[in-house]
This record gives sequence, structure tokens and C-alpha cells, in this order.
Amino acid sequence: MTPLIEIRDLSCTYSRGTPFELTALKKVNLSLYEGQFVGLIGHTGSGKSSLIQHLNGLLSPTEGKVYWRGTDVHSSKKLLHELRFHVGLVFQYPEYQLFEETVYQDIAFGPRNMGLSPEEMDGRVKEAAAFAGLSEDLLQKSPFELSGGQKRRAAIAGVIAMHPELLILDEPTAGLDPGGCREILDNLNDYHKKSGTSILMVSHSMEEVAAYADRILVLGEKTVKMDGSPREIFARAEELKAMGLNVPQVTDIAMRLRALGIDLPPVYTVEQAAEAILARKGGSTHA
Amino acid sequence: MLKDITLGQYFPGNTFIHRLDPRTKLLTVVIYIVAVFLAGGWGGYALLLLLAALAMAVAKLGPKTLLKGMKPVLFVILFTAVLNLFYAPGEPIWSFWILHITREGIRNAARMVLRIVLLISSTLMMTYTTSPMAITDGLESLLNPLKKLRFPVHELSMMMSIALRFIPTLIEETDKIMSAQKARGADFETGNLIEKARALLPLLVPLFVSAFRRADELAVAMESRCYHGGEGRTRMNELKMAGRDWLVLSGALLALLAVILLRIRGL
Repeated sequence: MTPLIEIRDLSCTYSRGTPFELTALKKVNLSLYEGQFVGLIGHTGSGKSSLIQHLNGLLSPTEGKVYWRGTDVHSSKKLLHELRFHVGLVFQYPEYQLFEETVYQDIAFGPRNMGLSPEEMDGRVKEAAAFAGLSEDLLQKSPFELSGGQKRRAAIAGVIAMHPELLILDEPTAGLDPGGCREILDNLNDYHKKSGTSILMVSHSMEEVAAYADRILVLGEKTVKMDGSPREIFARAEELKAMGLNVPQVTDIAMRLRALGIDLPPVYTVEQAAEAILARKGGSTHA
Repeated sequence: MLKDITLGQYFPGNTFIHRLDPRTKLLTVVIYIVAVFLAGGWGGYALLLLLAALAMAVAKLGPKTLLKGMKPVLFVILFTAVLNLFYAPGEPIWSFWILHITREGIRNAARMVLRIVLLISSTLMMTYTTSPMAITDGLESLLNPLKKLRFPVHELSMMMSIALRFIPTLIEETDKIMSAQKARGADFETGNLIEKARALLPLLVPLFVSAFRRADELAVAMESRCYHGGEGRTRMNELKMAGRDWLVLSGALLALLAVILLRIRGL
């Protein structure tokens, strides 16, 4: 199967040839496939933001290539322009990019740049708003009247409305309260399931990644250090900790219990832990 | 990228010139500029050029750095040179069609270019060796006498330091918003003038909104630390004139005197 997007030997250096030269990425190799929900973790300055901006062509690689469905994205200007719509990128704190008079118009900004007909645009705006969890009465309001969480949703809807095949989100829950975080993530997961769009989510929270992603990428020392299912990644807790990262709290608890001699399988969500503990408890009462 | 713009960039260092009081440097630059305008003949220019080279060597600034700073005004320099070259009266030594080059023309062009280069390199040398904060502190202190005339010296310098402080922040912000709108298919490069102006809207609106938000937050942060203007405000780093400052200032005045004397002698 051809990957949706493939990166080969990508290196990224800023301000090359000046005293301020800074290498952000070194020899990154990576393939993303259709239908995946990928979590990208790594501590601050590990090159996450640089990496995702290469995926939609905002940055061009210093070395190496980026392929969209097997074609080098920098081979033609047309493809590079279209790539912005194939790969939707939601930046960190996207609410600061809202500018239109109404939420509706702001969500329509992307589709309008694609040159869609007004009817098609209208359908997409309403659909995207629904996916992002924005009620329809908010659409005619000014984006600056909305609450922080609603603004965030409006900005995410603005990218979803472009019908990207890969949706990239840079810390979509940063600065939101726990309830707001869960709602946005549930909406995104719902969208992922219903539309089949692949998602790449950058996050600091191990809990979030563990709960939603089916594949996890760990960035460290300017390159992809680990790549695998949540189970595989969180089994390498010591390595993660050495990189300044962590495992989900519940995984940590299960590990400590195991160290105390309580036989528990590795878990990474609260639900799994509850199941495992119940199963064990059930087993012990029967014995 | 936008980040590459440098506005009077400061190169930290610890040379004799870096350690001078900002007021000394400001006054010296003013004296130097007056001298550049008073200089009449080649003798005066030679002296000023020598002084500039000396300052450059002491501050450990390469000619490359200065040339880089002069790039934005290169057009002005060339324009002045060409204008002076062709529009001077006198005996032409070279003619083509309506263009005549005279001896005076060459002399004028050389003089004007030299003047501009000296003016810019002296101010560049000050901004290269003095941090923006030190410059505003120095300005505030130099303008202090104007307070008697109810001129808002402190407010002005506070505004200057805040503006300087936020230039890099706003540039970074512009970069970020630009990327975000590009990711939604915005096009800032193609189209005619009107289309280009319209395309800036998605950039300017969020930029203004965030600038106002920042201003609000900054005002609250300052008030919550009891800022209430310049009245009775003390400083962590008091400006103090040292021996070297008086030395440099008297040197500058001497140079000015020398330039005037050279001019009277017709050199």
C-alpha cells in the first residue's frame, strides 16, 4: 500500500551558514497511512512543530524528500499548493488566526481559497461546524464574541471544512480545562471514525495519546526515536523517562504494582486498568 | 523569512566602546555627525574616516558587519552618487548624449557618498555596541532637562523601550499567523496590488487583535507591580559617567575643533 505521506532522510536546518545555525531535524524517516490516528510526542524543542510544517509543504526540507501518495511534493508548484488542502494543519492556539466578521465566514475561508461553489461551501461549513461541536446558532456570531473553547472549535472547523485527507493538530487541547479537552478529543475521534480522515495529533499528554491514538511516534534528539502501538511504546517506560518524557499515570501505577509482586498486564488507559484489576480480583476471590 | 530583519541589531561584547556610558555614545555620535557636516576638505574627511576606523577596531566590529547594515540604504547612496555625478556645473571631461561628467561632479559624488557612509556607520556603531534598553535609558537621562518644560520624558522613553521590546515578539507572531493562514490556502504573493492588499486582511486583523490583547495584559502586569509613572522611580542600574566617558567626550570635542580648524585653513 502506498503511504499517504512519506518522509525520507529529512533534515531541517534554520539560518544555515550564520552563527545562529540551528538543526531542528536530522535524518527523519516516516510513513503515514490512510485511516490512522497517530499521536506525536516529544519534549519541547524536539522538532515536532518543524516536522509537521514539512508535511503540508509550509517548510521545505534542507535535505531529503517528502512524498504525497508517492509523488515528491516539491516537484511541482501545483501539487505544493494542493497539498495545503490535502494535509490540513491546525496550529497551536489556532484561535489567534480567526479574523472574519462571522464564524461562518471564517470557517469558509479555506474552502473559498479552494475555489468551491457557494452551495458546496455552505454544505462543508455546516458539516465541519457539526464535527467540531459548534452549534448552528454560533455561526452568525463574530468569532471574537465566542468563549476560548468555542474559538478553538471554530478554528479547527475551518481546517476540517477543507476536507483534508490528513488532519494534523498541534496540541489541540493546550490551555483548555479537562472537560473541554475531552470534548474536543471526542469530537475529533468521532470525526476520524465517521469520515475516515487520518489524524496526526501532537500532544504533551501521555493520557490523551494513549486513549485515542492507534500508533505513537516519539521524537527525541531531532529524529524519530520510537514508532509503534501504544502498548509497544509504553512498555519502554525507562527509555521514555530517560528522554524526559513519561508514561500515562495509570501505566506507572500498574508498573509499580508489578514491582510489588502483583501480577498485572501492562495497561495504558484507566479503562484497561480497571478491567485488569477486576479480572485479577475476580480470579483471586474464586481461588 | 521575516525573522531575518534586523533593526539596529545589538552585538553583545565587552570592549572599551561597549562599556562606555550610553549618554557618551549618543553625544559622541551627535558631535561626529555635526563634524561630518562641517568638514570642508579632504583633510577633515581623512580625520573623520580615521576616527571611525579606530572606533571600529576598538569595538571589534568587522567591516563586513557594517556593510551588511548599510545594505538597506545602498539604493539611496547610489542614487545620490549618480545625481551628483551628472548634475554638476563645470567643464565636462566626458560626454555622451545629454550626460556630462565634470570634475566637480566626481568630487561632489565622492563627497556625498563619503558623508552618507560616515553618518550611517557612526550611528550603526552605536546601535551595534549599545543595547536598546541602554539607549533609551541614555536618551531619558539626556532629555531630563526638558521635564522643566513639562515634556513627558519618562513616558516617551517608556514607550520607546516597550516598542523595542515588542518588535521581535510581533515579528514572530506575524510569522505564525502567516503560516496558519497559508495552511488554509491563503496566498500572500500573487495577484495585483488590490488583491494583495485584500490578502493581508487575514494577517492584519489577528495581528491587531493580539497586539491589543498584549497591551492590555502588559498594562495589568505593570499596574499590579505598582507602576505609576516616572515620579520617584529608582533604577537598578544607575548610569554613571566614568573617566573613560569624559576622555571620549573631550576627544570628540577636540576632533570637532580640529575639523573646524581644517575647514578654516581650507583643507
